[in-house]
Amino acid sequence: MKQISIVSGKGGTGKTTLSGALNFLFQNNTAADCDVDASNLYLLLNPKLKKQYDYYGGKKAFIEQDKCIKCGKCQTLCRFDAIDFINEEFKINEYSCEGCNLCVLKCPVKAIELIDNRAGEYYLSENKKMKVIHGSLEPGEETSGGLVAEIRKKAIEVSKEEKTDYIIIDGAPGMGCPATSSITGVNYVIIVTEPTKSGIHDLKRIIDTTKHFKREFGIVINRFDLNIQNTELIEKFCKDNGIKLLGNISFDETVLKATQKQKSIIEYDSKAKEDIINIFNNLMEEIS
Amino acid sequence: MKIAVLSGKGGVGKTLVSTNLTNILSKYTKIELLDCDVEEPNSNIFFNFEFNKKEKINLLVPEIDNQKCTKCGLCADSCQFGAINVFNHGVMVFNSLCHGCGVCSIVCPHEAISEKEKSIGTIEYGQKNNIYFGQGLLNIGEPSGVKIIRTLKKHSKNINLQILDAPPGASCSVVETLKNMNYAIIVTESTPFGFHDMKSVIEICQKMGLKMGIIINRYDKDYTEIEEYLNKNNIEILEKIPFSKEIALMYSKGELISQNDKYKIIFQNILNKIGVVQ
Repeated sequence: MKQISIVSGKGGTGKTTLSGALNFLFQNNTAADCDVDASNLYLLLNPKLKKQYDYYGGKKAFIEQDKCIKCGKCQTLCRFDAIDFINEEFKINEYSCEGCNLCVLKCPVKAIELIDNRAGEYYLSENKKMKVIHGSLEPGEETSGGLVAEIRKKAIEVSKEEKTDYIIIDGAPGMGCPATSSITGVNYVIIVTEPTKSGIHDLKRIIDTTKHFKREFGIVINRFDLNIQNTELIEKFCKDNGIKLLGNISFDETVLKATQKQKSIIEYDSKAKEDIINIFNNLMEEIS
Repeated sequence: MKIAVLSGKGGVGKTLVSTNLTNILSKYTKIELLDCDVEEPNSNIFFNFEFNKKEKINLLVPEIDNQKCTKCGLCADSCQFGAINVFNHGVMVFNSLCHGCGVCSIVCPHEAISEKEKSIGTIEYGQKNNIYFGQGLLNIGEPSGVKIIRTLKKHSKNINLQILDAPPGASCSVVETLKNMNYAIIVTESTPFGFHDMKSVIEICQKMGLKMGIIINRYDKDYTEIEEYLNKNNIEILEKIPFSKEIALMYSKGELISQNDKYKIIFQNILNKIGVVQ
């Protein structure tokens, strides 16, 4: 079984469009949506929900007001600015608390305890072609990298049961914990970029991140014809640095129409579909 | 007034909105723009500020004195993040898992753990005309930019009028950006993806008691779900920006579209509706 992850650095460059399409082009695969902040892949794959699992992230501190003597020691010691003083009471800011336990250890009257925190959920779903593992983080939660790890673990388990050859992972944007959790240990990373100055800036950072984690990778330039000059810059950058260019995808309004109907571009005969099939063929050569 | 620009989904136009609003406002008054998308900060592409103040952001990570360590394992048991492991032959610290909370050094009965600084990123500030600018940058391979955002805000000029370009998504770094804000501009696009992700950030703003308004970028009148939802929930639409190849091209070159009179009005309308300028 091979794991292929699609990431981008900059958001909105077409990760989900490409990973949705690849999930239909591969013959025998499991899909995993690791963009848990903005989990959109299931909208394209349209699977039926089979099972739901709770995800518990890190714990959070809780102050028992009856016991608190308002000494303020917890607030002074907390390194995450997670203790507020509101209406004469010390309270944990649940968004800032990282659950480190320091305040619990240091409270002189043992008024603070750590409690479990349900930070999201993840699901096993299924359409006619494949099993889909996806999840969603409660808005505002941390530990999204942890949820990504759970989703990938479940995807591997399902792929082994179903004997699928590939897991196609829709990764998270950026280059922090959810993005890196989407690429650790995978067999191949596809980086999707766009020919904008922002796209080029972010591309370099995600390439460095991918190299940091020692993964093999190739580049796709989406909407390449929107700014040919910038596309040529990216192509030259890839060539100069010995980076594989898997292919370009045309700017094609069919993509928007397909997305609005919650369909993959693969279901519409279009220029973008041809481009993606070409990318798929190049990818197969790279990973086989 | 402190305004955060956020979106849930990446690539729908946060930076387009925050840079152009800043540009328009700077014609009237002093303004501070903070790029809090520390994983991929892009605002400066549109302004080219030179930075006169740089600061390294460090995390305190543990350092073990093996002479004093008895391998009792209390530090590993106390660490909530699995960042320390104690083996027969020594102690191993996984810096990338460490949150820098200091618990291990507090619980160590033999004072064998001290803390050393580890760089996780930088913040930098610059100024041009009426615009004060700050941005954070997370080092490659580091998991979380929350501390960088927190420090970027704390060490800013704290000018009365601030615009913060938030990271995409709906997790902890977005919340850090939203703290102490007065208003949230949420940018979305006319697709089911934009709709889905917009709802996550609306939920955060509601929980935090923030006033908010929506901008629908690449607006398509045939996709009506977003407007129906917003009308039903009584959430204000500040502006609908139509899809335009010209805007996309200008953006791709790193140009501010509000330099063009045709698009200037979009951002003036937004500011009027929020009540920043009369």
